[in-house]
Amino acid sequence: MRGQTKPAVVPARVVLREDAGKTIVEIHGDWTVETIGAVDRPMRDVESRTRVSDLVLDLSHLGRIDTSGAYILGRALRESRTPDADTHYLGDHAIARRLIHEVRERAANIALEQERPFGFFVMMGRIGQGLESMVSEILDTLGFMGRTILVGLSTLFRPSRLRLIPTVWAMEEVGVNAMPIVATLSFFIGAVVAYMGANLLQSLGFSVFTVELVGIAVLREFGVLITAIMLAGRSDSAFTAQIGAMKMQQEVDAMRVLGLDPFEVLVLPRVIACTLMAPLLTFGAMIAGVFGGMLVAWSAQDISPTLFIARFHQELPWDHFLVGMSKAPVFGLVVAIVGCRQGMQVTGDVESLGRRVTASVVQSIFAVIILEALFAMMYLELGI
Amino acid sequence: MTQDVLISVRGLKTAFGTHVIHENLDLDIRRGEILGLVGGSGTGKTVLMNTILGLNQEVEGDIELNGRRFSQMGREERRHVNARWGVLFQNGALFTSLTVLENVMAPLREHVSMPLELMEEIAGMKIGLAGLPPEAADKFPSELSGGMRKRAALARALALDPEILFLDEPTAGLDPIGAAKFDSLILELSQALGLTVLMITHDLDSLHAICDRVAVLADKRVEAVAPIEALMRNPHPWIQEYFHGPRGRAALAGKES
Repeated sequence: MRGQTKPAVVPARVVLREDAGKTIVEIHGDWTVETIGAVDRPMRDVESRTRVSDLVLDLSHLGRIDTSGAYILGRALRESRTPDADTHYLGDHAIARRLIHEVRERAANIALEQERPFGFFVMMGRIGQGLESMVSEILDTLGFMGRTILVGLSTLFRPSRLRLIPTVWAMEEVGVNAMPIVATLSFFIGAVVAYMGANLLQSLGFSVFTVELVGIAVLREFGVLITAIMLAGRSDSAFTAQIGAMKMQQEVDAMRVLGLDPFEVLVLPRVIACTLMAPLLTFGAMIAGVFGGMLVAWSAQDISPTLFIARFHQELPWDHFLVGMSKAPVFGLVVAIVGCRQGMQVTGDVESLGRRVTASVVQSIFAVIILEALFAMMYLELGI
Repeated sequence: MTQDVLISVRGLKTAFGTHVIHENLDLDIRRGEILGLVGGSGTGKTVLMNTILGLNQEVEGDIELNGRRFSQMGREERRHVNARWGVLFQNGALFTSLTVLENVMAPLREHVSMPLELMEEIAGMKIGLAGLPPEAADKFPSELSGGMRKRAALARALALDPEILFLDEPTAGLDPIGAAKFDSLILELSQALGLTVLMITHDLDSLHAICDRVAVLADKRVEAVAPIEALMRNPHPWIQEYFHGPRGRAALAGKES
């Protein structure tokens, strides 16, 4: 076997013959990991048909062998009380018997787990599990939020504990770097709203109301909603991935041991940054959205920018702007908290990281939409 | 003893940017030997192994397998060569989303056609061979201790019964009993299967116990390659300190007793 550059592979083969009441199994060809797939079935048949005490392996025709081949040969004799006895072997091979012995001695048989049954009860169980985990997720998120707020308050009394550099870095990442995409999206949303409204209002002869339509829609709802959804898709997933990767590399454990509070070092800067930057992003989104609406009104309905802005000032109270802005920090806070919490939930494996990032984005968008509905109801009742 | 050379490295230069790791490095790995590779931290032992494995592009020089240059091989041929190599990375590098059993089955699935049942049995056998208890087969790598992860990685490296086994610090992080068993397993496999082993190690006991020859990396090249007894007489200061420091003497005493 040594000294040959690339020996040709001879397929493995089994030949049976009976001799004096014994079943002799002639082993032909190379028995290596590449070839033994073909002899698995024949060897199993031999095992089930023959009494193990009558089984003799004839090794005289055997070519090369490796541990996988030795495993299959050893498997045939594993029920025997004296698997290494000479009565079980015929012929000679340089390494086969030694290898068979080694493989059997070192490799205890691994019992493979049975497939779990799948049925109605399993399905009901999964539904129940899903519900339970949803409830516990909500409770845990609230708990996490409470802890973050506590850490935030304690930092308020000792401002020197605030990690300024990570906070500013997160603000750049969450706020400044997100501005172009948020503004672009909002610009197009504003334009679409203007288009949709323009058609309808023109047919009624009230095309000038496009200004109010764009103003109210963008200031009150769309500016802040686009911002929150972008934060959820962009920053929230990044938070989860960053903190999750740190969790996987035991960086978070190292922080704890060094006496650093991960909430103070990792969570608080991100939450502060997100809460502060959300209103600014929203403001940018509002301007871009109104600008988009104005351009459409100008091109499609001949409402000049001068008229648009004048009417905007005249007809729209500050309330709409304030309502929109008031929601922004809340959304920012919720998105950041969901992202950081999911990051902290990551365990050792890559799969949990992927699962947590997905959960983080889904949960934060879900939370934003629910909150949006609650805000709408609240402001309606208040008459603002 | 004349032994033919399996892998030969000639005039190798590797660098990361302007930082030169190896320069004019020569190394021969003979068929069937266990070659230990030692060197101080940062001398590029792992880089050398990665370069031979093709994970790292050399700047200059040639690496030959059976007299055939890697730089002349096509992708398909290279893939075929790699299937005959087993690698144990320093940190195990197990696939974290698969169980230990699935990890060991991964190379089998990729390169061999055989019934699934047999594949599971073979994978289970390799797991036992590497010294893991049967319960470990259904666990994920994140649920294992460092030493067990190393054994699981060895089981995966052995899955295809490779011709050449590359081990990067295999016994680091193992308890002394486990390390001794690991050594005897490598020795047994190498003798029974004619396995060629390149082993990066700092474990002086392993070097004494199983390595046929030891290569010393120093000053960006292989300073010396020799059986360990001959190496201990080498006057190079680093080698003297390495083998005749307190740990070196303890390992030698352990071997002689």
